[in-house]
Amino acid sequence: MLQYIIKRILEMIPILFIVSILIFFFTHLIPGDPARLVAGKDATLEEVTIIRAELGLDKPIWEQYGSYMNHLFHGNLGTSLKTGLPVMDLFVDRFMPSIYLTLFSMVWALVIGLLIGTLSAVFKNKWPDYFGMVTAVSGISLPGFWLGLILIQIFSVQLGWFPTGGAEGWKSYVLPSITLGAGIMSMLARFTRSSLLETLKADFIRTGRAKGLKESVVIPKHALRNSLIPVVTIAGLQFGFLLGGSVVVETVFSFPGMGRLLIDSIAFRDYPVIQAELLLFSLEFILVNLLVDILYSFLNPKIRYVA
Amino acid sequence: MEKLLQIEKLETEFTKDKQALKILHGVNFHINKGEVLGLVGESGSGKSLTSLSIMKLFKGTSGEISGGRIQFNDQDLTNISESDMRKIRGKQIAMIFQEPMTSLNPVMKIGEQLLEPIRLHLGLKEKQAKAHAVSILKKVGIPRAEEIINEFPHQLSGGMRQRIMIAMAISCNPQLLIADEPTTALDVTIQAQILDLMKQLQQKENMSVLLITHDLGVVAEMCDRVVVMYAGRVVEEADVFELFESPKHPYTKGLIGSVPKLGQKKEKLDSIKGNVPDPSNLPKGCKFAPRCNNVMPICYQEEPPDLKLENGRSCSCWLYKEERGDICV
Repeated sequence: MLQYIIKRILEMIPILFIVSILIFFFTHLIPGDPARLVAGKDATLEEVTIIRAELGLDKPIWEQYGSYMNHLFHGNLGTSLKTGLPVMDLFVDRFMPSIYLTLFSMVWALVIGLLIGTLSAVFKNKWPDYFGMVTAVSGISLPGFWLGLILIQIFSVQLGWFPTGGAEGWKSYVLPSITLGAGIMSMLARFTRSSLLETLKADFIRTGRAKGLKESVVIPKHALRNSLIPVVTIAGLQFGFLLGGSVVVETVFSFPGMGRLLIDSIAFRDYPVIQAELLLFSLEFILVNLLVDILYSFLNPKIRYVA
Repeated sequence: MEKLLQIEKLETEFTKDKQALKILHGVNFHINKGEVLGLVGESGSGKSLTSLSIMKLFKGTSGEISGGRIQFNDQDLTNISESDMRKIRGKQIAMIFQEPMTSLNPVMKIGEQLLEPIRLHLGLKEKQAKAHAVSILKKVGIPRAEEIINEFPHQLSGGMRQRIMIAMAISCNPQLLIADEPTTALDVTIQAQILDLMKQLQQKENMSVLLITHDLGVVAEMCDRVVVMYAGRVVEEADVFELFESPKHPYTKGLIGSVPKLGQKKEKLDSIKGNVPDPSNLPKGCKFAPRCNNVMPICYQEEPPDLKLENGRSCSCWLYKEERGDICV
């Protein structure tokens, strides 16, 4: 297993290399000229040309890529065109809040989603099922910006329990996490329900009951574990997407996260920030995938990885 | 002989769209202590449902017992609570199923699955329970039992898995073992081994076995007595030798006639014409009448009574009405 993990981590190097090429060239394909944006609306052509040379944007693109990679290998993500600050400094304040927000959203979505899904399957076509599925459909259907605003209105403005925005202390994470996790919780609940219903039809469930086991043993011990593979797949994908930051939720809650930074950078054609951020997301996504694959082998002993 | 299980007028039905569909229509038979009883019939005759009714394994279906009694020792299983029933399942009545490939939990180690009933019903300490599990595995002829308990089902062959199922079933010394087509999914050589094993264990432990099968060869080899079912009813009951020697019911005759015999040259095998009737659309009178070679006008009018014949045999067919007048209902 350890050998397999090491192999997978080594495999990340060529993947990230290819990803870096794609990111670099596609970023430069975005229409618009950063030099003009830096120089301002009223700048003359000469001023723009000077600025372009300063930023190194006048060089051939492969040369620009070479110097970008050179900096990357030295741990230098570059300097933001817009703010003139090192990209690293921009990330420091935003990266951890984004990670925390993702983790909180994921954890509650998983716990509640699995719970609702399991209860819905066990009490199929009874009131816990109806209640659970109505909750799930609402969770998927409510748009994030709307749910976020409603939560702010009720819990921040009216009750004053939580701050309306920012990322100061655990309280400021509560409402954004609820907003961000609602859709994922609903999806997980639905997947858990349908997967568990399928498993409950299996012969080995009947075997368990024929042994004299209680339902409270048969369901969690025999049925649930056999139903988790599709749930883990979906949870992994969603986790990967969440790590990329959420523009909507970050905007609604004025949350200093990676999502808004990315959107702002794209608007300003801030190449170094866009490139660094996309590369980071790719890395996170690959790591989450590795985590999902490792989880698979714990859930299903037939899946055994060989290095 | 002492009766272990007596089923009287057992009726089981399913509900679909608020409509009750009766599948078992008053099944009667008994199993003596230490005896192997064969339950024979085509697919859809209600054999498996009879076994599930004895175990009351209806969870996840709409099935329920709607009438009759299942007397097991001194209890009527039809009216005991679910928690009392759980104490009987796996402990006093154990069951093995047709599909060894899917009847074991794929993500749990063999040992863990085997230990469940042992811990639950025998209340042994961890170490003793494990030793018991290993000794049971050795009893069912599993080599390297100590290693097998740490393996997963997919690492074993079908025959081995069925041995594990048998081990699990006999681990708490049940009085009755229900085997629902235990060898149907296995290849012929393995079939013989599994049947041998079951016979041997049954004799050693003096356990009663209800063997459900559609394979008359298996019946001849294993059973003491045979019950033949058709369309949710028992149509004939007899000692195994007498049944093969002189089958009474035309359906039984058809079943036995459809088995090819050694040394017999034939272009086409004998078969019973037609199909098992749809349970939601059963014919009036005798349910076998449309397929019967000896059909009489009365067969289409009235359902034949359960007739007691000589040597404790019984048969539900109008042909024998004249022979024995004493009707037992």
